[in-house]
Amino acid sequence: MIAHAIFFYTFSIIAVVSAIMVTASKNTVHSVFFLILDFISISCLFIMIGAEFLGMIMLIVYVGAVAVLFLFVVMMLNVAQQKNQWFAGQQSSKHIPVGLIISTLIFVEVIIVIGGWKYKPEIFDINNSIAQTSISNTHSLGQILYTDYIHVFQISGMILLVAMVGAIVLTFRQRSGLKRQSYIKQISRERTEGVEVLEVQSNKGVKIDD
Amino acid sequence: MEYLSIFFQEVYKILFLLVPVLVSVAMIVWLDRRVWAFVQKRQGPNVVGPFGLLQSLADALKYIFKEIIIPSSSNKVIFILAPIVTMTLALIAWAVIPFSATQVLADINVGILYLFAVSSLGVYGIIMGGWASNSKYPFLGAIRSAAQMVSYEVSIGVIIINVLLCVGSLNLNDIVIAQQNMWFVIPLFPMFVIFFISALAETNRPPFDLPEAEAELVAGYQTEYSGMMYAMFWLGEYANILLMCAMGAILFLGGWMSPIDIYPFTLVPSAIWLILKILLLFILFALVKAIVPRYRYDQLMRLGWKVFLPLSLIWVVLTASYLFYFELLPVN
Repeated sequence: MIAHAIFFYTFSIIAVVSAIMVTASKNTVHSVFFLILDFISISCLFIMIGAEFLGMIMLIVYVGAVAVLFLFVVMMLNVAQQKNQWFAGQQSSKHIPVGLIISTLIFVEVIIVIGGWKYKPEIFDINNSIAQTSISNTHSLGQILYTDYIHVFQISGMILLVAMVGAIVLTFRQRSGLKRQSYIKQISRERTEGVEVLEVQSNKGVKIDD
Repeated sequence: MEYLSIFFQEVYKILFLLVPVLVSVAMIVWLDRRVWAFVQKRQGPNVVGPFGLLQSLADALKYIFKEIIIPSSSNKVIFILAPIVTMTLALIAWAVIPFSATQVLADINVGILYLFAVSSLGVYGIIMGGWASNSKYPFLGAIRSAAQMVSYEVSIGVIIINVLLCVGSLNLNDIVIAQQNMWFVIPLFPMFVIFFISALAETNRPPFDLPEAEAELVAGYQTEYSGMMYAMFWLGEYANILLMCAMGAILFLGGWMSPIDIYPFTLVPSAIWLILKILLLFILFALVKAIVPRYRYDQLMRLGWKVFLPLSLIWVVLTASYLFYFELLPVN
């Protein structure tokens, strides 16, 4: 148990410190790197409580894809040059009360959920379904998602699809006069239509552009 | 005292795995150059040691004694961290590769997801190196590489889903044992081809080596690196290639199992079979490097998103419906 506690506190300290550093670091790219560190230590915590599937999915989805896109955007916009002035600028100090209210709300919500979980566990009925069975948590997640909550799962997938299609439709612009490569056209070209033999008279030349 | 002995035992096991991996990475660089040379009717490195076997060792020595140059305008911490991240990520993935039913460092439930996660983290070494160099060519190389690796990861993920449908478990040993009667390369052959090509793109190998295309970007993200830091990028890259070959061998070529389950073949240790399969895939990688010209960037993106992704998704539907119709689904 001692080893377990040591690992737990190491990961959670790293998670908390890097979460603070996300907001506190001056360079925006550094913030994204701290965010990645935060994701990684949280997925380690997931693995430590035995939710290895969630931990790995966290790594693949958040660290492997979402954070790469974050980094991409931050690097491309070159916001690293604009120093992130934490609590300093006139502009940012207006947002602090709003941020404080939101974070207090989130804190209270978390306290309610964790307190309820600890003192009234029967409300959450975790104990009856999966906790005691011997199947791995990947199987139990699959069973719950694809049998009990299949409609909710499908609807959430649909919402994501709609969001994706919407984003593409909003940003897509058809430009005219664009030269595109068409593989079918290239492959199906014959010699007869591609090459024309011309008699060239001296000092006259030929007009080849049409 | 008990913890200490467990600790030393694990360290011993890890060294027993990592030292051969590092040595074979050095050897594989030599093999790569030799195959490349033979296709082009050259000799390749053949001076240092017998058949030039010690060439990589000589190169490594040269890198160790070279000066490490850190550009003054670079972001120093991230600049130094980048090759370390690449190297570490390339090595930690080997923890879950099974060399036989029992010879595996960590036989975890979600082995294939772990491999996939680590290979998707590999992009960070490149982005960090490219950005921290604070120079145009490395940055362009890093951006290209990030886009390329994220795109091809998607199709690799879908291909893994194909295999998982046939296995019903995320454990690598279960995946190997599920291929006892037939290697997945036979029923899923189109997926094997797509996996091979995506693995080329994922490891930035030719013909998809646009992040380091020397004609356009000098050396891409490695431009500002020198000495041992360059060598670490280089070792990490080849360790990643070996890892992708191992992944291909486990997913499609039956992993550590012998091709025919009869007497003389069963005497050979299963680790040897896995190594032979990895070598076979690696020689294919090397041949592709020698034969195929480099892709253009828009063609690369088209291939990933418009060809491989739809094809592998359609194949998922086909596999699932086949398994469901004939009631072959491994989990009910």
